[in-house]
Amino acid sequence: MVDAKIRLTMFPIHLEHLRFTPNGRTVLAGINLDLSGEGISVILGPNGSGKSVLIRMLAGLEQPDGGHISWKGNSNPAGQIAIVFQYPMLLRSTVAANVALGLKPMRLTRNEINSRVGEMLERVGLAHRATDSARLLSGGERQRLTLARAWAVRPRLLLLDEPTAALDPTATEAVEQLVREIRTDGAKVVMTTHNLGQAMRISDDIVFIEAGLIREHTPSARFFSRPQSDEARLFMKGELPWRISFDD
Amino acid sequence: MANFFRRLILTVCSIVFVTGAHADQVFVLASTTSTEQSGLFGYLLPLFTAKTGIQIKVVALGTGQALDTGRRGDADVLLVHDRPAEDKFIAEGWGVERRDVMHNDFILVGPKADPAKIKDAKDAIEVFKRLAATAAPFVSRGDKSGTHAAELRFWQIAGIDPKTSGGYKEAGSGMGPTLNMAAAMGAYTLSDRGTWLAFKNRQDLEIVFSGDRRMFNAYGVMLINPLKYPHVKKDIGMQFIDWITSPEGQAAIAGYKINGEQLFFPDAKY
Amino acid sequence: MLTHLDPGVFAIVWLSLQVSLTAVFFGTLLGLPLGAWVAVSDFSGRAIFTVILNGMMGMPTVVLGVIVYLILSRSGPLGGLGLLFSPTAMIIAQTLLVTPLIAALTRQIIEDVWRDYATELTAFRYSRWQSMLTLLYDCRFTLVVTVLAGLGRAISEVGAVMIVGGNIEGFTRVMSTAIALETAKGDLPLSIALGLVLVALVVGLNAVAYGLRQWSMRKYG
Repeated sequence: MVDAKIRLTMFPIHLEHLRFTPNGRTVLAGINLDLSGEGISVILGPNGSGKSVLIRMLAGLEQPDGGHISWKGNSNPAGQIAIVFQYPMLLRSTVAANVALGLKPMRLTRNEINSRVGEMLERVGLAHRATDSARLLSGGERQRLTLARAWAVRPRLLLLDEPTAALDPTATEAVEQLVREIRTDGAKVVMTTHNLGQAMRISDDIVFIEAGLIREHTPSARFFSRPQSDEARLFMKGELPWRISFDD
Repeated sequence: MANFFRRLILTVCSIVFVTGAHADQVFVLASTTSTEQSGLFGYLLPLFTAKTGIQIKVVALGTGQALDTGRRGDADVLLVHDRPAEDKFIAEGWGVERRDVMHNDFILVGPKADPAKIKDAKDAIEVFKRLAATAAPFVSRGDKSGTHAAELRFWQIAGIDPKTSGGYKEAGSGMGPTLNMAAAMGAYTLSDRGTWLAFKNRQDLEIVFSGDRRMFNAYGVMLINPLKYPHVKKDIGMQFIDWITSPEGQAAIAGYKINGEQLFFPDAKY
Repeated sequence: MLTHLDPGVFAIVWLSLQVSLTAVFFGTLLGLPLGAWVAVSDFSGRAIFTVILNGMMGMPTVVLGVIVYLILSRSGPLGGLGLLFSPTAMIIAQTLLVTPLIAALTRQIIEDVWRDYATELTAFRYSRWQSMLTLLYDCRFTLVVTVLAGLGRAISEVGAVMIVGGNIEGFTRVMSTAIALETAKGDLPLSIALGLVLVALVVGLNAVAYGLRQWSMRKYG
């Protein structure tokens, strides 16, 4: 359980005029966004809209070319953010060792690490595979492993970049359920997806991004009944025009 | 896990130190390939070690290389066979206590068929004149060894530049490899009797000329000058030099035979 | 000769193993971290350093032998140690031979893996040092193969150990130098016998390396 009081000192996360222009291309054209410390925010948008870059920037994996991200209180809350990718990186080792991956830089004792790993494996339902070789797991099991790995760190902010895009519906449901549990545990979740159904099922609020700009940021129920932006409307109808290049 | 590493480090260290340890009673003798390859050292040195407990590390090089090793201070005692070079070495101050030890002789070996008719030559110089005249294939050691130096002296006395002779080839190696080459090519070569007697790969070669007094090959022993290199093992080095020139050592040299034939003839004056 | 297990032959084989195994031990100790560090690091001379490291893999053994000889000679800078013509000198030379080989191969292996793992390790705030250790462990089987390659190179080479060791009977004669000497003396049976032992060792090493790779692929994917 994440201490509620500590959690609040990191949030809200304030993104201001965030730009990302690698090699002259504009991927993020000026993002303005505030993220609260509660619930599951889903960053929704078509392919190429910049959602992956945005979430990687929140994880500290990319640096903006303009604008900044500010975290209330602590300017760079390292160690309290975990990120889960679509295709997980697995060590040539056991499932348990892979879950422990994120714990190494945290200076915990052997016993603490073992107990956290054991607890997480239970919660994701992989305890019976603890000593198996991680690379021999199925796609769904691998994602549950990566969730266990992220969860073990007890992050204040959990980021997920299209975590179920490669999974079948059963595995997808299992992952979504775990994400809800992590939210219940007290972590803030930010997740990207281009899957409308998933966004509907899991989100508390929608950040709709298109062509490198935030088109709207709306509570979930209202977004799906009455989206405010044209781009969102067109997206949901499946009729968003295809953009090949983004000029500014 | 930590225990395993501790034991591993200890094992490695013990190997390194054991193999690197210099017993006090060891010295380095730089000598020629002919003395080693003839088997003389294998017979002679254990006698010395048995008597004194001193071990000898023999580095077998050509005479020229042995002298260079001495100049660098990497050996304690030298045993070589090139009198002019030895005298120069002493004159330059690198060596001291030079003494005659023994001599063997050089022989000319060549193919049984003897195309250059060396068997009919009357003396050593005529041998080399015939070799040049017929452009016979000849393998020279070409390695600044005592044997090589002797060969070059013969060419010089005969008034011939060997490189102008059609069949002349320089091997740049010890007596054994040179004989190998001569055997393989059916060529002539100048060898010391000792290496030849111990050589097992003769193929078509045999002795075609020997016996000329000018073909005698004298060996000398000396200590590297301790004034130039204070680390030189003077005491045990001199023990060896004294022994090999003593009646006992000299008798041992004379006692070394291959197939009943004596190779080296004692020369020391005592 | 082999079947009678001539004690002289045994001593030669044993010395070869001692020298080369020790050299590979130190070569691994130095080369693995060096290669891994270069792989995960990002300093300005990195490209040139990599090229030099790769080039040194093919260093002619005789050249290395001459360099070490000149350094260890009594007339040379480290002459006071009196190490020339000893097994220690041979270990030093072979360590210098094997370290760049292991480092260069390690660098290549770790760099390939780093490309896959960098994002996640960075996200979890791994330091370069922690990343290096994690990757070294992850690639442990491939790295064992690398170490075996180094051992093969060490035990087969003749140039360096001949020059710095002097091929002294009973002190610094190893399989490769003994083969060279016996061939020069025309004693081919002994050369061939030793040659067979050497080849058997090298082939054996390669078989172990192969088996290890196959097993690890099956177990860990």
